[in-house]
Amino acid sequence: MTESNATAGHVAPATSEVSSSYRMQMGTRTAPVIGSVAALVMLALIGLPAIAPRDLLQNLTLLFFLLTLAQCWNLLAGYAGLVSVGQQAFVGIGAYVLFALVALADIEPLLAGVVAAMISLPVGVAAFRLRGPYFAVVTWVIAEIFRLLFAQLKELGGGTGMSLPRSASRIAGMEWVSAAFGVRGPAARDIIIYWAALGLAALVIAGVYLALRSRLGLALAAIKDDEIAAESFGVGSLTAKFGIYVATAFATGLAGALIFLQKSRISPDAAFAVVDWTAYIIFIVVIGGIGTIEGPIIGAILFVLLQNQMADLGPIYLTLLGALAIAVMLIAPKGVWGSTAERFGLQLFPTQRRLVVRTEPTHTSVAEGERHA
Amino acid sequence: MGVLPTFHTKSSMQRISAISRQTMQVLDIVIQGILLGGLYALYAAGLSLIFGVMRLVNLAHGDLIVLAAYLLLALSTGFGLPLPFALIIALPFFFALGYALQSVLFNRSLGAQVLPALLVSFGLSIIVQNGVLELFSADSRKLSLSSIDAMSIDLAGISVGVLPLATFFLAVLLLGSLSWVFYRTPLGRILRATSDSAEIAQLMGINPRRVFAIAMGLSFIVIVLAALCMGLRANFDPSAGPARLLYAFEAVVIGGLGSLWGTLVGGIVLGIPQALGGAIDTEWQVLTGHLVFLCALLLRPAGLFPRQVQA
Repeated sequence: MTESNATAGHVAPATSEVSSSYRMQMGTRTAPVIGSVAALVMLALIGLPAIAPRDLLQNLTLLFFLLTLAQCWNLLAGYAGLVSVGQQAFVGIGAYVLFALVALADIEPLLAGVVAAMISLPVGVAAFRLRGPYFAVVTWVIAEIFRLLFAQLKELGGGTGMSLPRSASRIAGMEWVSAAFGVRGPAARDIIIYWAALGLAALVIAGVYLALRSRLGLALAAIKDDEIAAESFGVGSLTAKFGIYVATAFATGLAGALIFLQKSRISPDAAFAVVDWTAYIIFIVVIGGIGTIEGPIIGAILFVLLQNQMADLGPIYLTLLGALAIAVMLIAPKGVWGSTAERFGLQLFPTQRRLVVRTEPTHTSVAEGERHA
Repeated sequence: MGVLPTFHTKSSMQRISAISRQTMQVLDIVIQGILLGGLYALYAAGLSLIFGVMRLVNLAHGDLIVLAAYLLLALSTGFGLPLPFALIIALPFFFALGYALQSVLFNRSLGAQVLPALLVSFGLSIIVQNGVLELFSADSRKLSLSSIDAMSIDLAGISVGVLPLATFFLAVLLLGSLSWVFYRTPLGRILRATSDSAEIAQLMGINPRRVFAIAMGLSFIVIVLAALCMGLRANFDPSAGPARLLYAFEAVVIGGLGSLWGTLVGGIVLGIPQALGGAIDTEWQVLTGHLVFLCALLLRPAGLFPRQVQA
């Protein structure tokens, strides 16, 4: 490692020489337009509780939660190559820590996410002993261990779970929302959780976007192309992956805490459900388009629409969803967004790095061999 | 088993018999654990086989075991066939199913990236699990072979169930047969060659896709045998699959990825703590097994019998 770092140091002047004739370009010309549209959508969504009916808000809240989880899983699997089947561990931990803190000490939800992220450190150490498919199954085993452990905690209701204490049905800002929107307590509670879910989803999307445009994003792209070559250029692949694992565990834990704050009831089977918090999420990302920021957004919207139409079908619905995900993976592995974007050259969140050749000072053209980053 | 008192007064005699009774109890539990390990080896052998040949971790493995158990149940109770006849029908059917799934689904998903194969098998797991739930409801069921269901034999004062014992011997027999196929037959040579390098095997006139399909078919035969033993031993329901996958995977990893006999050792290493944990508190049975697996993973990530593989 140290030896290859030294070589990378020698190579550096040569690359800067190259950069005088090539320039790296990451943005797109439409980026400012898209940015302002995104800001408008965000403002509209913030103001929506003033006019929208309660069930629409609840659907949107679900959408934002799924979107958060999907962005996290997409960052793991689509960018860092960490295919986890155990993200329900962090949903469950976040949720249970919230219930414990509220029931025992009356502490706020954000802390629950922090604790979940801290627990992900030792979990990561264990799971990182194995690679590829083995990593996937180990994360699942670890989630099962947490499910069984929380089922042992009689203070938190054991295997049957518990409801939030009545005192905790009041959350900060409820009186203000009740007065401002003229709604009753439970509806005001829904509105606050809606804003929290919206804020979390927006922060996660912004975080993923900025991370991918940073050095880290370039490092991840290099690792994805060739891990050994990337390491020989001094990219710390283990550090990058581990950092991503912990960061996504943090966001996933926060989402879990908020999801079960909304449900007001928890049980080990619900909090650590592999179908709800991992299978659905994987299907959302794959159908929408893995390895893009737009994909999970499209996938989550499609999923919520489909679920509203077909949830009555029960097990058949899941069977169809599984078949659809397999079909997408085998026939159009880039998903709905990836296939569309490729065809029309769309890029809402520009994270690709392109080398632009400077032939003349005023005229630029895009070089061959665009690198996806 | 510590220091025994030299003077055998009445009370110390009682203590000795109490100690030996305890020892017998522990020995009894350990034997149950070893036999349970035989069942886990059956779960694991099919998983290990396809890992060995094509580096695929089939996340639907557990659900397919449950599917096979329901097929045996449907044939034996639905059509009134005796269980051995049901087995004769189910074995070739599952071989064909495995062959077809590999040809249609898995062969398309194998490649440099791990995600497609994982996702396809995960999707298959969800499909099978919910398909079985739709067809057979969520009630828990059991296979029955009335003659030996509850039979047990006495081994030096310890009563051992015939069924767990038969399961263990079936596992040994199966692993022996698989080893024989792998190392003593032309088919085994082809399987090993493809495992070492699919590209070079192809240069020698072997069609790797067909070899993979045969390997998956063999794995599905093992799945039916595992399903038989699982269904005779305990109740199962449509949601029982993932836990079976995890036990199988744990046994494979503890034993060493890709090692056939390692799965038996891995199964036993997993079975004994499960039996011990279960004896203390039934809720701790599975948890103890998982924790032992994690410790094994941290201490010996390559397993007990590592095989050189390019994973």
